[in-house]
Amino acid sequence: MPMMEYIDAIRLAMKEEMENDPSVFILGEDVGVKGGVFTTTKGLQQQFGEDRVIDTPLAESAIAGVAIGAAMVGMKPIAEMQYSDFMLPATNQIISEAAKIRYRSNNDWDCPIVVRAPIGGGIFGGLYHSQCPESIFFGTPGLKIIAPYSAYDAKGLLKAAIRDPDPVLFFENKKCYKLIKEDVPDDDYIVPIGKANLLREGDDITVISYSLPLHFAMQAAEELEQEGITSHILDLRTIQPLDREAIIEAVRRTGKVLIVHEDNKTGGVGAEVAAIIAEECLYDLDAPIRRLCGPDAPAMPINPPQEKFFMLSKDKLLDAMRELALY
Amino acid sequence: MSTTNSAQKNITMPQLAESLVSATIAKWLKRPGDTVDLYEPICEVITDKVNAEIPSTEEGVMGELLAAEGQEIAVGEIICRIVTEGEASAPAAQSPAVRPASPAGGSAAPQAASGVEAGGMRARYSPAVQALAAQHGLDPAVIPGSGMGGRVTRKDVLRHLEHGGASQAAASAASAAPSAPQPAAASFAAPQPPMFASSSLSSQNEVRHSGLHLSENPKLPKIEIEEGGRGANETYIDITPIRNTIATRMRQSVSEIPHGWMMIEVDMTNLVKLRNKHKDEFKRNEGVNLTYPAFVIKAVVNAIKDYPIMNSVWAVDKIIVKRDINISLAVGTEDSVLTPVIKKADQKNIAGLAMEIDDLARRTRERTLKIDDMQGGTFTVNNTGSFGSILSQPIINYPQAAQLTFESIVKRPVVINDMVGVRSMANFCLSLDHRILDGLICGRFLQRVKENLESYSPDTKLY
Repeated sequence: MPMMEYIDAIRLAMKEEMENDPSVFILGEDVGVKGGVFTTTKGLQQQFGEDRVIDTPLAESAIAGVAIGAAMVGMKPIAEMQYSDFMLPATNQIISEAAKIRYRSNNDWDCPIVVRAPIGGGIFGGLYHSQCPESIFFGTPGLKIIAPYSAYDAKGLLKAAIRDPDPVLFFENKKCYKLIKEDVPDDDYIVPIGKANLLREGDDITVISYSLPLHFAMQAAEELEQEGITSHILDLRTIQPLDREAIIEAVRRTGKVLIVHEDNKTGGVGAEVAAIIAEECLYDLDAPIRRLCGPDAPAMPINPPQEKFFMLSKDKLLDAMRELALY
Repeated sequence: MSTTNSAQKNITMPQLAESLVSATIAKWLKRPGDTVDLYEPICEVITDKVNAEIPSTEEGVMGELLAAEGQEIAVGEIICRIVTEGEASAPAAQSPAVRPASPAGGSAAPQAASGVEAGGMRARYSPAVQALAAQHGLDPAVIPGSGMGGRVTRKDVLRHLEHGGASQAAASAASAAPSAPQPAAASFAAPQPPMFASSSLSSQNEVRHSGLHLSENPKLPKIEIEEGGRGANETYIDITPIRNTIATRMRQSVSEIPHGWMMIEVDMTNLVKLRNKHKDEFKRNEGVNLTYPAFVIKAVVNAIKDYPIMNSVWAVDKIIVKRDINISLAVGTEDSVLTPVIKKADQKNIAGLAMEIDDLARRTRERTLKIDDMQGGTFTVNNTGSFGSILSQPIINYPQAAQLTFESIVKRPVVINDMVGVRSMANFCLSLDHRILDGLICGRFLQRVKENLESYSPDTKLY
């Protein structure tokens, strides 16, 4: 199995799907000649030509709108938003059009688009290059939302997203691009959408998260193991629809839950996970549900000390996990 | 660490580019004891985006080096210490990886805090505890609590049930403490999380024969040559990152490009005379050697202008013809070959080319090429003449369409107008991408290169 970076796994997923299905194409800012600002689409225009890897104007609403139109007549577009921060001009297209086409046409039309957008901070990107906009789209029926943490999942989930008959938002973490290196099979596997994944079993606390913070959780769990604290770690993988059964099962294992995400706390994905737990698992709880999230501040600061303060880290997870374990 | 010597400043790995999370130390430029000025380079680093020097953020004397050459260091990790002011003491052999007893200290803190509100939590039972107690007919008040403020936790109830109700307070207390006297070695060898593939120290000296190439950048070799496995008749040479890149590119070129080769013979006599006429004066005036490749590149560039298809790239459903003529120049070093690029070679005269070739070749050997110097090539010129080679079949510099190799100039008897004369002859070998180029066009191109080279005369202008 080849060892590859998270970003390579994403590129490989697109390459494989484009090779297998001529209706798959990519559009976005700088995705073609430049190969993406992060090199996510590097070499794809060379391989597939300008008709299938399309450089667009700086108009996210148009990128999403064109993708939706193409999808409705049978294409399978992958629309890249250069940073998820720039995605907001496209929200009307995504929420009011893509998410509702199947419903409002009574199943006559569908919209199999994938919108890829890099999320997350910690890269000295400041407010316009660090946001986590999951909560803006979260809770919109008709949209599926994916946020993989590993290179293996990134490839398998992106392939599943491309094949999915409905709109899927694929939030890839830009800090993971180069940070994560692991074995990724080069065969044609998919990771099913809507299924959470248990990363680690333990008896003292349950950590539920998605995307980058899971790496901090795994590192912290490793250290806590030395102190005799074992952690049960659940990767949501798909944040819409949430895998309720997996959440409930993971909570029942320990009765102590810490929900972690980089998006800010109020109204985030964690709030919904906490509500599910409160609805379903009251008598299994051994401690208050805890959330560790980005602060409710307007944006990620660009100066290093404040960025560090804003970002989650292994140490922050370690403290929160230990505190909950000792509760 | 916090002894009298408080003027030690930590130098950390800076973030060299957006989205980079680590870099590999290529070479330390400063050794312990060397004086370091502010902004003076202290080491060279390699990343997949840039190779760069790290400037010092402190002024003083280099202390301990915490990162070895070849080691990959995460952004923000400490790479060395610099002793500022007059505090230059011999670098202490501290083990930096070990954090001062933080696990033990950290776990003690919440417990101490909980002592303040002891009793407050003793009689508060969580839903899980109440449910379990009710299910088994227990009174939670008799179960010893190990949680915050003496709270009875769900685990306490389970443990109580498991041991038939026996008190396990001692065990639970013990479980919090055993890691206190953690030996340094243990924390170093602690298992890493599974997703960070650790290149384990206990490598079995495994030799891979399957799979063509490494899929990640290899570490810089610490030991250049290791003893082989089977007696003394094999030695292992570690793969350097540059070797790995060369291997990957070569394989890609060979496997994707159907290569064809052609060769033509050129009479270089006039060019030899032209160069001999100017070379001393040129060296005096410009300070660089007037080399043959400058003339050859000029002739090649002019031929490419007539046959622009030579300057192209295969793009599956189309051929991309590049407007700029950027000549990649193959430059060999002792252990690798690099192809720095002469940008817009069509806009330069022979003197300009000679100076640029000299500059690129020198910086290749000094390893000071920047990433920009290596990008954008559209056609490669290769000179094997200095090895005495007269024929070669080079692999194309992917993804270019062709590559021209200039072989040794050799004096040979040649028949001209039914008379034998001694002429300076050289072979030019063309490697071509047969998806783009065919024999006819390449034959014409080579013919044009030959004409251009043979039409140099003592009156040809260098400037």
